[in-house]
Amino acid sequence: MTKMNRALMGATAFCMVAGVASAQQTTLTIATVNNGDMIRMQGMTDSFTEANPDIALEWVTLEENVLRQRVTTDIATNGGQYDVMTIGTYEVPIWGRQGWLTSLNDLPAEWNKDDILPAIAGGLTVDGELYAAPFYGESSMVMYRTDLMEEAGLEMPEAPTWEFIREAAAAMTDEEAEIYGICARGKAGWGENMAFLTAMANSFGARWFDEEWNAQFDQPEWRETLEFYTGMMEESGPPGASNNGFNENLALFQQGKCGMWIDATVAASFVTGADSTVADQVGFALAPDTGLGKRGNWLWAWSLAIPASTDAPEAAKTFVAWATSNEYTELVAEAEGWANVPPGTRTSLYENEEYLSAAPFAEMTLQSIESADPTNPTVDPVPYTGVQFVAIPEFQGIGTAVGQQFSAALAGTTSIDDALATAQQLTTDEMEDAGYN
Amino acid sequence: MARAITPRRKAFNTALAWLIGLAIFFPILWTFLTSFKTEATAIADPPVWFFFDWTTENYSVVQERSGYFRYFWNSVLISVGSTLLGLIIAVPAAWSMAFVPARRTKDILMWMLSTKMLPAVGVLVPIYLIFRDLGILDNVWGLVFVLMMINLPIIVWMLYTYFREIPGEILEAARMDGATLKSEILYVLAPMAVPGIASTVLLNIILAWNEAFWTLNLTAAQSAPLTAFIASYSSPEGLFYAKLSAASTMAIAPILVMGWFSQKQLVRGLTFGAVK
Repeated sequence: MTKMNRALMGATAFCMVAGVASAQQTTLTIATVNNGDMIRMQGMTDSFTEANPDIALEWVTLEENVLRQRVTTDIATNGGQYDVMTIGTYEVPIWGRQGWLTSLNDLPAEWNKDDILPAIAGGLTVDGELYAAPFYGESSMVMYRTDLMEEAGLEMPEAPTWEFIREAAAAMTDEEAEIYGICARGKAGWGENMAFLTAMANSFGARWFDEEWNAQFDQPEWRETLEFYTGMMEESGPPGASNNGFNENLALFQQGKCGMWIDATVAASFVTGADSTVADQVGFALAPDTGLGKRGNWLWAWSLAIPASTDAPEAAKTFVAWATSNEYTELVAEAEGWANVPPGTRTSLYENEEYLSAAPFAEMTLQSIESADPTNPTVDPVPYTGVQFVAIPEFQGIGTAVGQQFSAALAGTTSIDDALATAQQLTTDEMEDAGYN
Repeated sequence: MARAITPRRKAFNTALAWLIGLAIFFPILWTFLTSFKTEATAIADPPVWFFFDWTTENYSVVQERSGYFRYFWNSVLISVGSTLLGLIIAVPAAWSMAFVPARRTKDILMWMLSTKMLPAVGVLVPIYLIFRDLGILDNVWGLVFVLMMINLPIIVWMLYTYFREIPGEILEAARMDGATLKSEILYVLAPMAVPGIASTVLLNIILAWNEAFWTLNLTAAQSAPLTAFIASYSSPEGLFYAKLSAASTMAIAPILVMGWFSQKQLVRGLTFGAVK
């Protein structure tokens, strides 16, 4: 056999092997948000593909609102562009009921479903079917400056009331030094100020709808909530608070301009991190209440779900099981330290001494998550699930429209009376149009 | 008689022009400066201007995480491809409207322009379904087609305006000399309309480069252009302003450089026939 023949045969064999290998390899397209934990997951791609050489991963990382629009269009039209989607506790119950998601009840036993925190699992389950695996979970809590609290001669209780927060905020405020006692969301949006205000309203005994889906903004509890919120922010909030969302308040807190900040537990690692000028002077407490049995904290879990339109459900399940497993947590801990593992999803993480010593906010995060109940979020009964949202498709639109009214009330461009009346009217109209009543 | 401009007035006009120019350029300058800051310096209050520890770390992080050139190449293909395809359709259309107008030509032009007034999201689902059924979701050539269709009214309108400035007698003379329609358009009309065609091409490349609705909604992993590249660095929960600025600078740099070098053509084309 000539050298040429041998070379040709070798090349043919190589091409055949390569062809067979590529034919057997499944490529998963994963849509995800640009959050620190998700980017870390993207960085761990090699660990997964080394263990699963028959699966290749393609990442589509987008800003949260762009991603939501993008994946909603795809799943609603059965587009099949994505094999794994990162979605939240708002989408899971709605899409699960629509039959758009693949059930994850049959994930392997070693994935240990029973280890998932009950509050988180409850928000991702519809009629007994788990439709998404939580990647990281969060609630909200009070983050405060221990030094300013001490200077004010006060001591933060582990479970403060709203009255205490208001008094402490006034005592900590020093406008000349540009220190404002309380920072909270004011920017309009269903996931911005309405996440904060809906959770706060729960603790004041308010609710979005009664059991017959009638809007409740004409009830005294909402008025009390809004009067307290705007009053407290006017007394002790930063200027222009009606434009502040998570990022704006994070920047203020990191620069030492907030005495207290009530927001997502995930912020704890930012305010105690390298970019914070007050990292050593931060304490944590549960979100406030008014003694009615509900705290003003929310519950959210960014979760991995598999759309029913995927043509590779088994490979997708393999990936989802890996990315939300204890094994993945240990990989991150090994590569980047225990403080950087995705929090808020598994009971075992909060029994891990290494994690508890690396993350001073761990215990408060767990207590906050456990105190939120998405299936029973309010003092009086409601027909919906969701703590800081109402898990119905119409909520994004209604929530943002109401949020604009409340943001305007905070800015002082409309009165509380007008904001509540408009919120009541537009919510009633939307719900009637949608056929709820 | 021309009015004399006093030195004081001239200085005032110059200062005003610089002020307006700097105000327009300021967001780009600020993005550029922020891209060399750390995340902590990026949010500093009061803001830090020039005196900080300049770092290129954001650029290396962005490149390592996202692979800039894949997005860049998709942007080039989509913007140049859609513009050229649009030109192939628009030149004959504008020729016929400019030189052999019919009774309804003006109405057709207005109708074409009116399609630009339709909110894009209103046709998202039908177009998405068509793309799904044709199997061209997340496909560069699908996007080339969509962006060509979106920008076609502007291309036709611009070319129509330029062609109207060219005396019809010249084309008639070419016909008298035996030029075919193809030769007339290619060898007589096109060379005379070069400034107009050049500015149309440049403007449409810029429009297609910056288009962020269809390019985000019809792409996933394979054909995503630089608009998706930027969108992957914005976050409502986390301060990534320095990295976002680095990604933005990388995304706008090519089109900025192109605009810089071709501004003479652009201005000449856009003001073509404006003073008459």
